[in-house]
Amino acid sequence: MTCDHCHEREAVVHLTHIADGQVTMLHLCERCAAEKGVESPQSVQDNTLVKFVGATVGKSAIDPSLVVGGGRQACPACGATLQDFRHSGRLGCADCYRTWETALRDILRKLHGATLHMGERYTERGVEPADPVERAADLREQLRLAVETENFELAAEIRDRLRVME
Amino acid sequence: MIDLSLLTDGGVGWLDASGPESHLVLSTRIRLARNLTGHLFQTRNTDGEREKVLELVQRAARESVLLRRAVSFRLDQLERADRQLLHERHLVSKELAALDGESRPRSGASVLVGDRLGVMLNEEDHLRLQGLRSGFDLDAAYAEVDRLDTELGQRLPFAFHPEFGYLTSCPTNVGTGLRASVLIHLPGLVLTKEISKVLQGLAQVGLTFRGLYGEGSEVVGNFFQLSNQTTLGKSEHELLEHLGRMVRQVIDYEEQARQVLLRDASAIMEDKVWRAFGTLRYARSLSFDEAMNYLSAVRLGVAMGLIPGLGMYTLNKLLVYAQPAHLGLTLNAGTADSELALARATYVRRVLEEEVGRRGA
Repeated sequence: MTCDHCHEREAVVHLTHIADGQVTMLHLCERCAAEKGVESPQSVQDNTLVKFVGATVGKSAIDPSLVVGGGRQACPACGATLQDFRHSGRLGCADCYRTWETALRDILRKLHGATLHMGERYTERGVEPADPVERAADLREQLRLAVETENFELAAEIRDRLRVME
Repeated sequence: MIDLSLLTDGGVGWLDASGPESHLVLSTRIRLARNLTGHLFQTRNTDGEREKVLELVQRAARESVLLRRAVSFRLDQLERADRQLLHERHLVSKELAALDGESRPRSGASVLVGDRLGVMLNEEDHLRLQGLRSGFDLDAAYAEVDRLDTELGQRLPFAFHPEFGYLTSCPTNVGTGLRASVLIHLPGLVLTKEISKVLQGLAQVGLTFRGLYGEGSEVVGNFFQLSNQTTLGKSEHELLEHLGRMVRQVIDYEEQARQVLLRDASAIMEDKVWRAFGTLRYARSLSFDEAMNYLSAVRLGVAMGLIPGLGMYTLNKLLVYAQPAHLGLTLNAGTADSELALARATYVRRVLEEEVGRRGA
């Protein structure tokens, strides 16, 4: 299969996008994938987070096509790096979750089978009541944000939760 | 030595065997992991930051209804024997009490102990709220810890992400931060060799098991802590409902196994539980593992109606009070294994004599 972008090289990265019930596949070669910020299977082999997940849950490494981005930068708030995370299995601060949001989403999906919190929600005034109407409105807002930010897997997950609630 | 009489029920009210299914289930524990925004997590924070976390939480606790009268212990200022005592009562984790090797607890490591509620501070997460109940009672344990969470959440800024939920130091706890554990006695399944099948089945439905003393502890005396593995993607009630349903099933399997044992091997069973009772009642030296195994057999005998005149409360108490730090406290025993074995046998003998006297012997 050739790359959907350059139509020259062999596609090695296969992405699945789900939006509004439509499933689209994107096949990319290693170079085009790298340009788009998608890690190739080879780089994923070296990805510390993937190894962490493999070690933590004792299963094979996650599907390389699911690891998008990830980044190698240190967390601006606490200075922790992915290397630190691999070493300790612990994050340095709440901002680490934002710094490595994409990579963590993959890890969380592997660990919990989901990335979306469905429990009680915290506000500065205390814990909100789990009112179904409010929860559904909240979910629809999150669905809109997920679609806007092209986070299609999350969008699919939220849509499924909404269906269950309805 | 710390004064444990300050604690309601000595902090071991969960042992009193008053809760549902007490013949099989010792206790139900629910913990919620919480962190404060604007403060680095434990792997990266400093002594000063941990002091700050401690100060903020203690202030919030004093203003709360549920922890206003809680007793506070600073583990970093306690001797090892005291820290171990708190750990043996299931009030602090082994990690927070720094009981591995010669390490000292990290600065700011503390625990607030209220009535069937507590908060560990500067553990892996800034706060670990815990609710503890006798027997199998997930709803009651959660209702209480949930109230505490609400109360503290109104006074403290918890780290929360709209998608990921409550943020924790380890991604395995993120979301609800909820881990519910049911401490259950399963000798029937062990004796009928069905236990590995049951545990494998639990793993397949997202549950996990640990020993009597939580993470990293071995299974002794056929006591298993069954708990949820995942914390994200389901509501607190869904997680508890799922665990509750599965534990209920394990209880049924255990009851069935006991019926099979009584039907097919009643003479062997009766001999086994009375031999165990005899050893506990008269032995002059008992190692920890030995005591746990005999206590397990006697507990089974009492639950099956083979040994009369002995209460579950006494057996539960022995599980905790036959541990090293408690023997040091009650009998002034030293820390050498041989010395502890003598003290343990003396203590167990004394308790059984008080409880059953000559009737049971």
